[in-house]
Amino acid sequence: MDKLGESAKIHNMANQETILTVENLGVRFGEHEVLKDLNFFVQKGDILAIVGPNGSGKSVLFRALMNLVPFSGKMKWTERLKINYVPQKFFVDAELPLSVGEFMEFKTKSRSKIIETLKSVGLTEHHDEHHIIHHILNRRLGWLSGGQMQRVLIAWSILDNPDVLLFDEPTSGIDVGGEETIYNLLRKIKEERSLTIILISHDLNIVYKYANNVICLNKKMICYGQPNEVLDPTALAKLYGGETAFYKHEH
Amino acid sequence: MINSLYLQLIVGTLIGLGSGYIGSFMVLRRMSLVGDALSHVALPGIAVALLIGINPFIGAFAALVVAILGIWMLEKKTELPSETLVGIFFTLSLAAGLLLTPKPELLEALFGDISKIGITDAIITGVFTMLIFLIITRISKGLMLSIISKDLTKSLKINVDKINLIFLFLVAVVVALGLKVAGTLLMGSLVIIPAAASKNISVSLSRYTANSAILGGLSAFAGIWVANYFNLIPGPIVVLTGGVVFLVSLLFKK
Repeated sequence: MDKLGESAKIHNMANQETILTVENLGVRFGEHEVLKDLNFFVQKGDILAIVGPNGSGKSVLFRALMNLVPFSGKMKWTERLKINYVPQKFFVDAELPLSVGEFMEFKTKSRSKIIETLKSVGLTEHHDEHHIIHHILNRRLGWLSGGQMQRVLIAWSILDNPDVLLFDEPTSGIDVGGEETIYNLLRKIKEERSLTIILISHDLNIVYKYANNVICLNKKMICYGQPNEVLDPTALAKLYGGETAFYKHEH
Repeated sequence: MINSLYLQLIVGTLIGLGSGYIGSFMVLRRMSLVGDALSHVALPGIAVALLIGINPFIGAFAALVVAILGIWMLEKKTELPSETLVGIFFTLSLAAGLLLTPKPELLEALFGDISKIGITDAIITGVFTMLIFLIITRISKGLMLSIISKDLTKSLKINVDKINLIFLFLVAVVVALGLKVAGTLLMGSLVIIPAAASKNISVSLSRYTANSAILGGLSAFAGIWVANYFNLIPGPIVVLTGGVVFLVSLLFKK
Protein backbone atom coordinates (compact mmCIF):
# COMPACT_ATOMS: atom_id res chain seq x y z
CA MET A 1 0.00 0.00 0.00
CA ASP A 2 1.34 3.45 -0.80
CA LYS A 3 2.30 5.96 1.85
CA LEU A 4 -0.99 7.83 1.61
CA GLY A 5 -2.98 4.68 2.16
CA GLU A 6 -0.81 3.63 5.09
CA SER A 7 -1.23 6.93 6.82
CA ALA A 8 -4.94 6.73 6.32
CA LYS A 9 -5.03 3.27 7.81
CA ILE A 10 -3.14 4.29 10.92
CA HIS A 11 -5.37 7.30 11.30
CA ASN A 12 -8.49 5.19 11.22
CA MET A 13 -7.27 2.76 13.83
CA ALA A 14 -7.94 5.26 16.57
CA ASN A 15 -11.53 3.99 16.34
CA GLN A 16 -13.24 7.28 16.52
CA GLU A 17 -16.40 7.97 14.63
CA THR A 18 -15.83 9.05 11.04
CA ILE A 19 -17.86 12.11 10.26
CA LEU A 20 -16.61 13.03 6.80
CA THR A 21 -15.64 10.78 3.90
CA VAL A 22 -14.12 12.18 0.74
CA GLU A 23 -13.42 9.95 -2.27
CA ASN A 24 -11.97 10.95 -5.61
CA LEU A 25 -13.11 14.51 -5.12
CA GLY A 26 -12.47 16.83 -8.02
CA VAL A 27 -13.49 20.37 -8.90
CA ARG A 28 -13.15 22.04 -12.23
CA PHE A 29 -14.10 25.51 -13.36
CA GLY A 30 -14.68 25.20 -17.08
CA GLU A 31 -11.53 23.76 -18.60
CA HIS A 32 -9.46 24.44 -15.52
CA GLU A 33 -8.93 21.62 -13.02
CA VAL A 34 -8.68 23.10 -9.56
CA LEU A 35 -8.85 19.96 -7.40
CA LYS A 36 -8.14 16.38 -8.36
CA ASP A 37 -8.23 12.94 -6.76
CA LEU A 38 -8.79 13.93 -3.16
CA ASN A 39 -9.24 11.03 -0.76
CA PHE A 40 -9.41 11.54 2.97
CA PHE A 41 -11.65 11.29 5.98
CA VAL A 42 -12.18 13.17 9.17
CA GLN A 43 -13.05 11.70 12.53
CA LYS A 44 -14.84 13.30 15.43
CA GLY A 45 -12.45 15.35 17.48
CA ASP A 46 -9.84 15.76 14.76
CA ILE A 47 -8.01 18.93 14.05
CA LEU A 48 -7.23 18.59 10.38
CA ALA A 49 -4.97 21.18 8.81
CA ILE A 50 -4.83 21.84 5.10
CA VAL A 51 -1.64 23.43 3.87
CA GLY A 52 -0.40 24.44 0.49
CA PRO A 53 0.78 27.36 -1.61
CA ASN A 54 -1.46 30.10 -2.90
CA GLY A 55 -3.84 28.96 -5.58
CA SER A 56 -3.55 25.32 -4.56
CA GLY A 57 -7.31 24.96 -4.15
CA LYS A 58 -7.58 25.04 -0.36
CA SER A 59 -10.46 27.51 -0.23
CA VAL A 60 -12.16 25.72 -3.10
CA LEU A 61 -11.98 22.50 -1.10
CA PHE A 62 -13.82 24.18 1.75
CA ARG A 63 -16.46 25.44 -0.61
CA ALA A 64 -16.87 21.92 -2.00
CA LEU A 65 -17.21 20.55 1.54
CA MET A 66 -19.98 23.09 2.11
CA ASN A 67 -21.67 22.22 -1.17
CA LEU A 68 -21.09 25.72 -2.48
CA VAL A 69 -19.43 24.55 -5.69
CA PRO A 70 -20.21 21.56 -7.90
CA PHE A 71 -17.76 18.70 -7.59
CA SER A 72 -17.17 15.21 -8.91
CA GLY A 73 -16.57 12.20 -6.74
CA LYS A 74 -17.96 11.53 -3.31
CA MET A 75 -18.23 13.83 -0.32
CA LYS A 76 -20.33 12.70 2.60
CA TRP A 77 -20.87 14.20 6.02
CA THR A 78 -22.64 12.30 8.80
CA GLU A 79 -26.33 13.09 8.93
CA ARG A 80 -27.59 16.00 10.99
CA LEU A 81 -24.20 17.54 11.60
CA LYS A 82 -24.03 21.26 12.19
CA ILE A 83 -21.13 22.61 10.18
CA ASN A 84 -20.09 26.23 10.43
CA TYR A 85 -17.87 27.80 7.86
CA VAL A 86 -15.72 30.85 8.43
CA PRO A 87 -14.34 32.02 5.07
CA GLN A 88 -11.15 33.96 4.70
CA LYS A 89 -12.41 36.95 2.77
CA PHE A 90 -14.48 39.29 4.83
CA PHE A 91 -15.51 42.68 3.55
CA VAL A 92 -15.78 44.62 6.73
CA ASP A 93 -14.26 48.06 6.52
CA ALA A 94 -14.31 50.82 9.08
CA GLU A 95 -17.21 52.45 7.26
CA LEU A 96 -19.62 49.52 7.46
CA PRO A 97 -22.43 50.52 9.79
CA LEU A 98 -22.89 47.30 11.67
CA SER A 99 -22.21 46.88 15.34
CA VAL A 100 -20.67 43.80 16.93
CA GLY A 101 -23.92 43.19 18.79
CA GLU A 102 -25.98 43.35 15.61
CA PHE A 103 -23.58 40.96 13.89
CA MET A 104 -23.96 38.47 16.74
CA GLU A 105 -27.72 38.97 16.72
CA PHE A 106 -27.85 37.62 13.19
CA LYS A 107 -27.39 34.28 14.87
CA THR A 108 -29.18 34.62 18.17
CA LYS A 109 -31.36 37.17 19.90
CA SER A 110 -30.24 35.99 23.31
CA ARG A 111 -28.05 38.73 24.76
CA SER A 112 -26.86 36.54 27.61
CA LYS A 113 -25.71 33.88 25.17
CA ILE A 114 -23.85 36.48 23.15
CA ILE A 115 -22.09 37.87 26.19
CA GLU A 116 -21.27 34.38 27.46
CA THR A 117 -19.72 33.42 24.14
CA LEU A 118 -17.74 36.64 23.88
CA LYS A 119 -16.32 35.94 27.32
CA SER A 120 -15.40 32.39 26.36
CA VAL A 121 -13.29 33.66 23.46
CA GLY A 122 -11.43 35.94 25.78
CA LEU A 123 -12.75 39.12 24.27
CA THR A 124 -13.35 40.51 27.70
CA GLU A 125 -12.50 39.60 31.23
CA HIS A 126 -14.93 42.14 32.48
CA HIS A 127 -18.00 40.75 34.12
CA ASP A 128 -19.56 44.15 34.09
CA GLU A 129 -22.33 43.93 31.54
CA HIS A 130 -22.39 47.63 31.04
CA HIS A 131 -18.76 47.57 29.96
CA ILE A 132 -19.27 44.71 27.56
CA ILE A 133 -22.30 46.29 25.99
CA HIS A 134 -20.74 49.69 25.68
CA HIS A 135 -17.22 48.87 24.60
CA ILE A 136 -17.82 45.82 22.49
CA LEU A 137 -21.40 45.17 21.50
CA ASN A 138 -22.09 48.76 20.48
CA ARG A 139 -18.85 49.20 18.58
CA ARG A 140 -18.74 49.06 14.84
CA LEU A 141 -17.48 45.72 13.59
CA GLY A 142 -14.98 47.50 11.36
CA TRP A 143 -13.42 49.37 14.27
CA LEU A 144 -12.12 46.24 15.95
CA SER A 145 -8.44 45.39 15.87
CA GLY A 146 -7.33 42.35 13.88
CA GLY A 147 -7.11 40.19 16.98
CA GLN A 148 -10.47 41.32 18.33
CA MET A 149 -12.08 40.70 14.95
CA GLN A 150 -10.79 37.13 14.85
CA ARG A 151 -12.16 36.48 18.32
CA VAL A 152 -15.53 37.87 17.31
CA LEU A 153 -15.54 35.63 14.25
CA ILE A 154 -14.71 32.62 16.37
CA ALA A 155 -17.44 33.57 18.81
CA TRP A 156 -19.87 34.00 15.94
CA SER A 157 -18.98 30.60 14.54
CA ILE A 158 -19.69 28.81 17.83
CA LEU A 159 -22.81 30.73 18.84
CA ASP A 160 -25.22 28.15 17.46
CA ASN A 161 -23.40 25.13 18.86
CA PRO A 162 -21.89 23.56 15.78
CA ASP A 163 -20.30 20.13 15.63
CA VAL A 164 -17.72 21.06 13.04
CA LEU A 165 -15.85 24.25 12.25
CA LEU A 166 -14.33 24.95 8.88
CA PHE A 167 -11.89 27.78 9.39
CA ASP A 168 -10.15 29.33 6.41
CA GLU A 169 -6.93 31.01 7.59
CA PRO A 170 -8.01 31.78 11.15
CA THR A 171 -5.15 34.15 11.61
CA SER A 172 -4.97 36.19 8.45
CA GLY A 173 -4.41 39.81 9.38
CA ILE A 174 -2.87 38.99 12.73
CA ASP A 175 0.73 39.52 13.68
CA VAL A 176 2.95 36.54 14.40
CA GLY A 177 2.73 36.93 18.17
CA GLY A 178 -1.03 36.90 18.09
CA GLU A 179 -1.34 33.73 16.03
CA GLU A 180 -0.42 31.39 18.85
CA THR A 181 -3.06 32.99 21.05
CA ILE A 182 -5.76 32.41 18.47
CA TYR A 183 -4.78 28.79 17.98
CA ASN A 184 -4.66 28.22 21.72
CA LEU A 185 -8.14 29.66 21.86
CA LEU A 186 -9.33 27.34 19.10
CA ARG A 187 -7.89 24.38 20.94
CA LYS A 188 -9.57 25.48 24.17
CA ILE A 189 -13.02 25.86 22.70
CA LYS A 190 -12.59 22.62 20.79
CA GLU A 191 -12.07 20.81 24.07
CA GLU A 192 -14.86 22.70 25.82
CA ARG A 193 -17.41 22.03 23.13
CA SER A 194 -16.28 18.70 21.63
CA LEU A 195 -15.71 20.21 18.24
CA THR A 196 -14.07 18.87 15.15
CA ILE A 197 -12.00 21.48 13.36
CA ILE A 198 -10.74 21.64 9.82
CA LEU A 199 -8.53 24.60 9.20
CA ILE A 200 -6.55 26.06 6.36
CA SER A 201 -3.19 27.38 7.40
CA HIS A 202 -0.11 28.60 5.66
CA ASP A 203 2.01 28.17 8.77
CA LEU A 204 3.71 24.78 9.14
CA ASN A 205 4.83 25.50 12.69
CA ILE A 206 1.23 25.93 13.68
CA VAL A 207 0.29 22.73 11.91
CA TYR A 208 2.89 20.80 13.87
CA LYS A 209 1.75 22.19 17.13
CA TYR A 210 -2.00 22.07 16.83
CA ALA A 211 -3.15 19.63 14.17
CA ASN A 212 -3.36 15.88 14.60
CA ASN A 213 -3.71 15.40 10.87
CA VAL A 214 -2.55 17.30 7.84
CA ILE A 215 -3.22 17.33 4.13
CA CYS A 216 -0.66 18.93 1.85
CA LEU A 217 -2.63 20.24 -1.05
CA ASN A 218 -1.56 21.52 -4.42
CA LYS A 219 -4.49 20.63 -6.60
CA LYS A 220 -3.77 17.05 -5.61
CA MET A 221 -2.92 15.59 -2.25
CA ILE A 222 0.84 15.63 -1.82
CA CYS A 223 0.75 14.26 1.70
CA TYR A 224 -1.82 13.08 4.21
CA GLY A 225 -1.38 11.90 7.76
CA GLN A 226 0.11 12.96 11.04
CA PRO A 227 2.31 16.06 10.77
CA ASN A 228 5.31 14.40 12.36
CA GLU A 229 5.30 11.64 9.81
CA VAL A 230 4.32 13.20 6.56
CA LEU A 231 5.80 16.68 6.61
CA ASP A 232 9.26 15.68 5.44
CA PRO A 233 11.49 17.73 3.14
CA THR A 234 10.55 15.68 0.06
CA ALA A 235 6.87 16.31 0.54
CA LEU A 236 7.42 19.99 1.25
CA ALA A 237 9.60 20.42 -1.81
CA LYS A 238 6.91 18.80 -3.90
CA LEU A 239 4.24 20.95 -2.27
CA TYR A 240 5.91 24.30 -2.58
CA GLY A 241 7.91 23.42 -5.65
CA GLY A 242 11.40 24.41 -4.70
CA GLU A 243 14.09 24.26 -2.08
CA THR A 244 12.43 24.57 1.26
CA ALA A 245 14.50 24.84 4.41
CA PHE A 246 12.24 23.97 7.26
CA TYR A 247 13.21 23.52 10.85
CA LYS A 248 11.15 21.02 12.72
CA HIS A 249 10.43 22.03 16.28
CA GLU A 250 11.34 19.29 18.71
CA HIS A 251 8.98 19.27 21.66
CA MET B 1 -54.43 74.87 -3.24
CA ILE B 2 -53.82 74.11 0.41
CA ASN B 3 -55.28 70.60 0.13
CA SER B 4 -53.00 69.82 -2.73
CA LEU B 5 -49.99 70.95 -0.70
CA TYR B 6 -50.87 68.60 2.16
CA LEU B 7 -51.20 65.74 -0.28
CA GLN B 8 -47.90 66.64 -1.91
CA LEU B 9 -46.17 66.79 1.45
CA ILE B 10 -47.56 63.44 2.56
CA VAL B 11 -46.76 61.64 -0.68
CA GLY B 12 -43.39 63.33 -0.99
CA THR B 13 -42.41 62.48 2.56
CA LEU B 14 -43.47 58.86 2.14
CA ILE B 15 -41.35 58.61 -0.98
CA GLY B 16 -38.47 60.28 0.85
CA LEU B 17 -38.76 57.79 3.72
CA GLY B 18 -38.89 54.78 1.41
CA SER B 19 -36.07 56.00 -0.82
CA GLY B 20 -33.90 56.79 2.19
CA TYR B 21 -34.51 53.36 3.70
CA ILE B 22 -33.77 51.28 0.63
CA GLY B 23 -31.04 53.71 -0.35
CA SER B 24 -29.19 52.85 2.85
CA PHE B 25 -28.76 49.29 1.62
CA MET B 26 -28.03 50.36 -1.92
CA VAL B 27 -25.12 52.49 -0.79
CA LEU B 28 -23.67 49.61 1.25
CA ARG B 29 -23.96 47.25 -1.71
CA ARG B 30 -22.17 49.71 -3.93
CA MET B 31 -25.34 50.27 -5.92
CA SER B 32 -25.36 54.04 -5.44
CA LEU B 33 -25.60 54.79 -9.12
CA VAL B 34 -28.10 52.07 -9.91
CA GLY B 35 -30.99 54.25 -8.76
CA ASP B 36 -29.80 57.07 -10.94
CA ALA B 37 -29.27 54.90 -13.99
CA LEU B 38 -32.54 53.00 -13.54
CA SER B 39 -34.46 56.25 -13.45
CA HIS B 40 -33.05 57.04 -16.90
CA VAL B 41 -34.20 53.64 -18.12
CA ALA B 42 -37.71 54.60 -17.06
CA LEU B 43 -37.85 57.44 -19.56
CA PRO B 44 -38.61 55.45 -22.71
CA GLY B 45 -41.22 53.56 -20.67
CA ILE B 46 -42.88 56.84 -19.73
CA ALA B 47 -42.66 58.02 -23.34
CA VAL B 48 -44.33 54.94 -24.74
CA ALA B 49 -47.04 55.09 -22.07
CA LEU B 50 -47.79 58.72 -22.91
CA LEU B 51 -47.85 57.96 -26.63
CA ILE B 52 -50.37 55.15 -26.23
CA GLY B 53 -52.37 56.99 -23.62
CA ILE B 54 -51.91 54.98 -20.43
CA ASN B 55 -50.71 56.04 -16.99
CA PRO B 56 -46.99 56.89 -17.29
CA PHE B 57 -46.31 55.17 -13.95
CA ILE B 58 -47.22 51.84 -15.56
CA GLY B 59 -44.94 52.51 -18.50
CA ALA B 60 -42.10 53.49 -16.20
CA PHE B 61 -42.57 50.46 -14.00
CA ALA B 62 -42.70 48.09 -16.99
CA ALA B 63 -39.43 49.48 -18.35
CA LEU B 64 -37.83 49.19 -14.93
CA VAL B 65 -38.91 45.58 -14.46
CA VAL B 66 -37.44 44.63 -17.83
CA ALA B 67 -34.22 46.41 -16.91
CA ILE B 68 -33.79 44.84 -13.49
CA LEU B 69 -34.53 41.34 -14.80
CA GLY B 70 -31.83 41.97 -17.35
CA ILE B 71 -29.41 43.17 -14.67
CA TRP B 72 -30.17 40.28 -12.36
CA MET B 73 -29.63 37.67 -15.05
CA LEU B 74 -26.43 39.23 -16.31
CA GLU B 75 -25.15 39.61 -12.75
CA LYS B 76 -25.65 35.91 -12.14
CA LYS B 77 -23.90 34.98 -15.35
CA THR B 78 -21.02 37.37 -15.58
CA GLU B 79 -20.27 38.56 -12.02
CA LEU B 80 -19.92 42.09 -13.33
CA PRO B 81 -21.16 44.61 -10.76
CA SER B 82 -24.60 46.17 -11.22
CA GLU B 83 -23.06 49.54 -11.90
CA THR B 84 -21.28 48.44 -15.05
CA LEU B 85 -24.27 46.65 -16.49
CA VAL B 86 -26.75 49.37 -15.76
CA GLY B 87 -24.34 51.96 -17.15
CA ILE B 88 -24.57 50.26 -20.50
CA PHE B 89 -28.34 50.36 -20.55
CA PHE B 90 -29.06 53.74 -19.16
CA THR B 91 -27.37 55.99 -21.64
CA LEU B 92 -29.08 54.17 -24.49
CA SER B 93 -32.43 54.40 -22.70
CA LEU B 94 -32.02 58.07 -21.97
CA ALA B 95 -31.28 58.83 -25.59
CA ALA B 96 -34.24 56.78 -26.80
CA GLY B 97 -36.50 58.34 -24.20
CA LEU B 98 -35.48 61.88 -25.08
CA LEU B 99 -36.42 61.23 -28.68
CA LEU B 100 -39.72 59.52 -27.94
CA THR B 101 -41.20 61.66 -25.17
CA PRO B 102 -43.75 64.16 -26.46
CA LYS B 103 -42.32 67.68 -26.05
CA PRO B 104 -45.03 69.08 -23.74
CA GLU B 105 -44.46 66.30 -21.19
CA LEU B 106 -40.68 66.26 -21.45
CA LEU B 107 -39.92 68.73 -18.69
CA GLU B 108 -42.19 66.94 -16.25
CA ALA B 109 -40.76 63.57 -17.16
CA LEU B 110 -37.22 64.82 -16.65
CA PHE B 111 -37.73 66.75 -13.42
CA GLY B 112 -40.93 65.41 -11.93
CA ASP B 113 -43.87 67.44 -10.76
CA ILE B 114 -45.40 66.38 -7.52
CA SER B 115 -48.09 69.03 -7.72
CA LYS B 116 -49.86 66.84 -10.26
CA ILE B 117 -50.54 63.92 -7.91
CA GLY B 118 -54.00 62.81 -6.86
CA ILE B 119 -55.60 60.57 -4.25
CA THR B 120 -54.96 57.38 -6.23
CA ASP B 121 -51.27 58.17 -6.43
CA ALA B 122 -51.22 58.81 -2.71
CA ILE B 123 -52.79 55.44 -1.92
CA ILE B 124 -50.46 53.57 -4.28
CA THR B 125 -47.50 55.37 -2.72
CA GLY B 126 -48.63 54.54 0.81
CA VAL B 127 -49.12 50.86 0.05
CA PHE B 128 -45.84 50.44 -1.78
CA THR B 129 -43.84 52.35 0.81
CA MET B 130 -45.18 50.06 3.51
CA LEU B 131 -44.31 47.02 1.40
CA ILE B 132 -40.79 48.32 0.95
CA PHE B 133 -40.28 48.74 4.69
CA LEU B 134 -41.74 45.34 5.53
CA ILE B 135 -39.88 43.33 2.91
CA ILE B 136 -36.51 45.04 3.25
CA THR B 137 -36.60 44.54 7.01
CA ARG B 138 -37.31 40.83 6.46
CA ILE B 139 -34.36 40.37 4.11
CA SER B 140 -31.98 42.81 5.79
CA LYS B 141 -29.99 40.03 7.48
CA GLY B 142 -29.29 38.34 4.16
CA LEU B 143 -28.51 41.69 2.54
CA MET B 144 -25.93 42.60 5.18
CA LEU B 145 -24.33 39.18 5.38
CA SER B 146 -23.95 38.97 1.62
CA ILE B 147 -22.05 42.26 1.70
CA ILE B 148 -19.69 40.79 4.29
CA SER B 149 -19.27 37.44 2.59
CA LYS B 150 -21.37 35.75 -0.10
CA ASP B 151 -19.96 32.33 0.79
CA LEU B 152 -20.75 32.76 4.45
CA THR B 153 -24.32 33.77 3.62
CA LYS B 154 -24.83 30.81 1.32
CA SER B 155 -23.40 28.47 3.94
CA LEU B 156 -26.20 29.60 6.24
CA LYS B 157 -28.65 28.32 3.65
CA ILE B 158 -29.79 31.82 2.72
CA ASN B 159 -30.79 32.08 -0.93
CA VAL B 160 -28.60 34.95 -2.07
CA ASP B 161 -29.92 35.02 -5.64
CA LYS B 162 -33.51 35.23 -4.48
CA ILE B 163 -32.73 38.06 -2.09
CA ASN B 164 -30.88 39.95 -4.82
CA LEU B 165 -33.89 39.67 -7.11
CA ILE B 166 -36.34 40.82 -4.46
CA PHE B 167 -34.07 43.72 -3.60
CA LEU B 168 -33.71 44.82 -7.23
CA PHE B 169 -37.46 44.60 -7.66
CA LEU B 170 -38.02 46.89 -4.70
CA VAL B 171 -35.44 49.30 -6.09
CA ALA B 172 -37.52 49.42 -9.27
CA VAL B 173 -40.61 50.20 -7.18
CA VAL B 174 -38.82 53.00 -5.34
CA VAL B 175 -37.51 54.50 -8.57
CA ALA B 176 -40.96 54.40 -10.15
CA LEU B 177 -42.41 56.18 -7.12
CA GLY B 178 -39.57 58.69 -6.90
CA LEU B 179 -40.02 59.78 -10.49
CA LYS B 180 -43.03 61.79 -9.39
CA VAL B 181 -40.97 63.83 -6.99
CA ALA B 182 -37.72 64.35 -8.79
CA GLY B 183 -38.10 63.05 -12.33
CA THR B 184 -35.81 60.80 -14.31
CA LEU B 185 -32.76 63.03 -14.13
CA LEU B 186 -32.61 63.59 -10.40
CA MET B 187 -34.39 60.61 -8.85
CA GLY B 188 -31.12 58.83 -8.17
CA SER B 189 -30.16 61.37 -5.54
CA LEU B 190 -33.14 60.40 -3.38
CA VAL B 191 -31.54 57.03 -2.70
CA ILE B 192 -27.96 58.22 -2.38
CA ILE B 193 -27.84 61.46 -0.45
CA PRO B 194 -29.84 60.61 2.70
CA ALA B 195 -27.93 57.33 3.03
CA ALA B 196 -24.58 59.03 2.59
CA ALA B 197 -25.52 61.59 5.22
CA SER B 198 -26.72 58.90 7.60
CA LYS B 199 -23.50 56.93 7.21
CA ASN B 200 -21.61 59.86 8.66
CA ILE B 201 -23.62 59.99 11.84
CA SER B 202 -24.67 56.40 12.54
CA VAL B 203 -22.73 53.58 14.12
CA SER B 204 -25.10 50.65 14.16
CA LEU B 205 -27.16 49.20 11.32
CA SER B 206 -30.52 49.93 12.88
CA ARG B 207 -29.58 53.57 13.45
CA TYR B 208 -28.06 53.89 9.99
CA THR B 209 -31.13 52.62 8.17
CA ALA B 210 -33.55 54.52 10.39
CA ASN B 211 -31.62 57.78 10.06
CA SER B 212 -31.38 57.32 6.33
CA ALA B 213 -35.16 57.00 6.09
CA ILE B 214 -35.71 59.97 8.40
CA LEU B 215 -33.26 62.20 6.55
CA GLY B 216 -34.87 61.19 3.25
CA GLY B 217 -38.31 62.05 4.53
CA LEU B 218 -37.05 65.27 6.04
CA SER B 219 -35.36 66.50 2.84
CA ALA B 220 -38.45 65.67 0.83
CA PHE B 221 -40.77 67.45 3.25
CA ALA B 222 -38.61 70.53 3.59
CA GLY B 223 -37.83 70.62 -0.11
CA ILE B 224 -41.45 70.46 -1.22
CA TRP B 225 -42.52 73.02 1.33
CA VAL B 226 -39.76 75.48 0.36
CA ALA B 227 -40.43 74.98 -3.36
CA ASN B 228 -44.10 75.61 -2.83
CA TYR B 229 -43.40 78.73 -0.81
CA PHE B 230 -41.08 80.26 -3.41
CA ASN B 231 -42.97 78.83 -6.39
CA LEU B 232 -40.09 76.77 -7.71
CA ILE B 233 -39.92 73.27 -9.25
CA PRO B 234 -40.00 70.86 -6.27
CA GLY B 235 -37.70 68.16 -7.67
CA PRO B 236 -34.40 70.06 -7.72
CA ILE B 237 -35.22 71.78 -4.42
CA VAL B 238 -35.70 68.42 -2.68
CA VAL B 239 -32.35 67.29 -4.02
CA LEU B 240 -30.59 70.47 -2.92
CA THR B 241 -32.16 70.18 0.52
CA GLY B 242 -30.72 66.70 0.73
CA GLY B 243 -27.37 68.17 -0.19
CA VAL B 244 -27.56 70.64 2.67
CA VAL B 245 -28.43 67.82 5.06
CA PHE B 246 -25.39 65.92 3.84
CA LEU B 247 -23.10 68.89 4.39
CA VAL B 248 -24.42 69.25 7.92
CA SER B 249 -23.83 65.55 8.56
CA LEU B 250 -20.17 66.05 7.68
CA LEU B 251 -19.87 68.32 10.68
CA PHE B 252 -21.03 65.52 12.96
CA LYS B 253 -19.06 62.74 11.32
CA LYS B 254 -17.99 60.02 13.73
